[in-house]
Amino acid sequence: MHTLTNAWQERIAIRTLKGRPISRGQAEGEALVTNQSISFLGSIDPDTGVVVEKGHELEGKDVTGKVLVFPSGKGSTVGSYVMYQLKKNGTAPAAVINRSAEPIVAVGAIISDIPMVDSTEPDAIDTIRTGDRVRVDGTRGAVDIL
Amino acid sequence: MHLTQEEESVLEGDSGPTLKKAMEILTTLGDIYGADSLIPVKSAQIAGVSYKTIGDAGLEWISDLEGTVVVPSILNPAGMDLERWQEMGVDAKFASKQASIIEAYRRLGVRCECTCTPYYIDKELAAFGDHLAWSESSAISYANSVIGARTNREGGPSALSAALIGKTANYGYHLDENRIPTIGFEVDCKLKGADYGALGCLAGAQAGSGVPMFRLRSKPYDTELKALGAAMAASGAVALYHVEGVTPKSGHQEFPDETIIIERRQIDDVFDEGCGKECGNEPDLVALGCPHYSASELEEAARLLEDHTPAKEVWICTSRRVRDANPGLVRRIEDSGAKVFVDTCMVVSPATDRFGCVLTDSGKAFKYVPNLCGVGARIAHINECLAGEDSD
Repeated sequence: MHTLTNAWQERIAIRTLKGRPISRGQAEGEALVTNQSISFLGSIDPDTGVVVEKGHELEGKDVTGKVLVFPSGKGSTVGSYVMYQLKKNGTAPAAVINRSAEPIVAVGAIISDIPMVDSTEPDAIDTIRTGDRVRVDGTRGAVDIL
Repeated sequence: MHLTQEEESVLEGDSGPTLKKAMEILTTLGDIYGADSLIPVKSAQIAGVSYKTIGDAGLEWISDLEGTVVVPSILNPAGMDLERWQEMGVDAKFASKQASIIEAYRRLGVRCECTCTPYYIDKELAAFGDHLAWSESSAISYANSVIGARTNREGGPSALSAALIGKTANYGYHLDENRIPTIGFEVDCKLKGADYGALGCLAGAQAGSGVPMFRLRSKPYDTELKALGAAMAASGAVALYHVEGVTPKSGHQEFPDETIIIERRQIDDVFDEGCGKECGNEPDLVALGCPHYSASELEEAARLLEDHTPAKEVWICTSRRVRDANPGLVRRIEDSGAKVFVDTCMVVSPATDRFGCVLTDSGKAFKYVPNLCGVGARIAHINECLAGEDSD
């Protein structure tokens, strides 16, 4: 009980996560958090923004306007273009937070004007819960939990 | 990462939104991989050309860019022969989208020559020690290993960014310390032709993203090195390899302690393997030229096709430039009924999808066709690929 209270207090106390700027700009939205990597090609329907990958933790969830928090990108490099298509269709996430950025998602976020931060301290996936209201500053590399 | 004043100003948007984005891509990748600065590149080779691979998403992005490339830049193969697409069986809708992609690149000043063998069409694009921003995996391997130039495995957008800025981030294979061999392969038999593609299938799977060094009993031609590197980039993520006494040295090169022996039997097994999907089909398409054939390979095909009609439909893929420079060879090949297609290949064209099983002399096509085309594949030597009806 004691430990739980401490962990809870710690979480409440952390309002700002310091990270590394990946893609510039600021955005705010509701967090959607997963422990699984995301491939934008084939896993997210560019017309609806819904995750369609079978068996993915986020299957059936809509990423539109969300602050999407996931460990890293995976899969085809065409994923960068798919992020651009999401943006043009109005179905893109508002911002992206990765544990460790790789080129597919980093490049996709940059060309699509989606603010992105990675390597936050403390770790974003451990700290942010789905449904939290989050503000991402991709220029400074900061994440505020509101 | 250290940026010059000029680079900073581009990053702040002083040179317009396209260059700002291009600079953001280069500096962010540099930061991710720990680069110290940007370095000038001699040329760019840009992937993300076939409509089959990039789709409407890619077409939209390229069409929205504005600017002009500042270093010689050429394209990866497209999804079809830009002129003879109907003969390949490509439909009009695909052809129109493909033409739009090519046009969007042309508008940016990219030379719309679509090939995975840029080193055959212009020697100025890459020489020993040059820094490049190339993105086709077999071309990268050839440039790094056979030419002794230096390039990372760029993605389509980062290669195009490098073309627009004229620079790339200084990390990875641009640096001596990442070009040292990490894993040795000793091959205990003589190799010829498609054996090198088969060896590449085996070695790439074991090397992953390491830097293999080979000790061989035969001296490979450059075309055989091309096949070896292409297969390793498909079965693994090999971007650079060395062959003892053959490939140019750049920096420290000792045969690695960790060494794997490869025997004849293992090479033969690759030829017997089949596509791994158990497609159950007899090959109904012979597809050669992955990577694109050189003039000497076209000549060998022409010789093997003399006086007979091949038993199956045959496509031989090469670059437009090599085809146009060798009209006599092309005529001899096409007189047999085989087709010489340019600008494209069996891996990136949707035209391959209608076949049941592809017979190829390429380790790379053998690895990629089943996954990217949903079609079976077998690898064989070129003389078997081009045999006539009665030679079975």
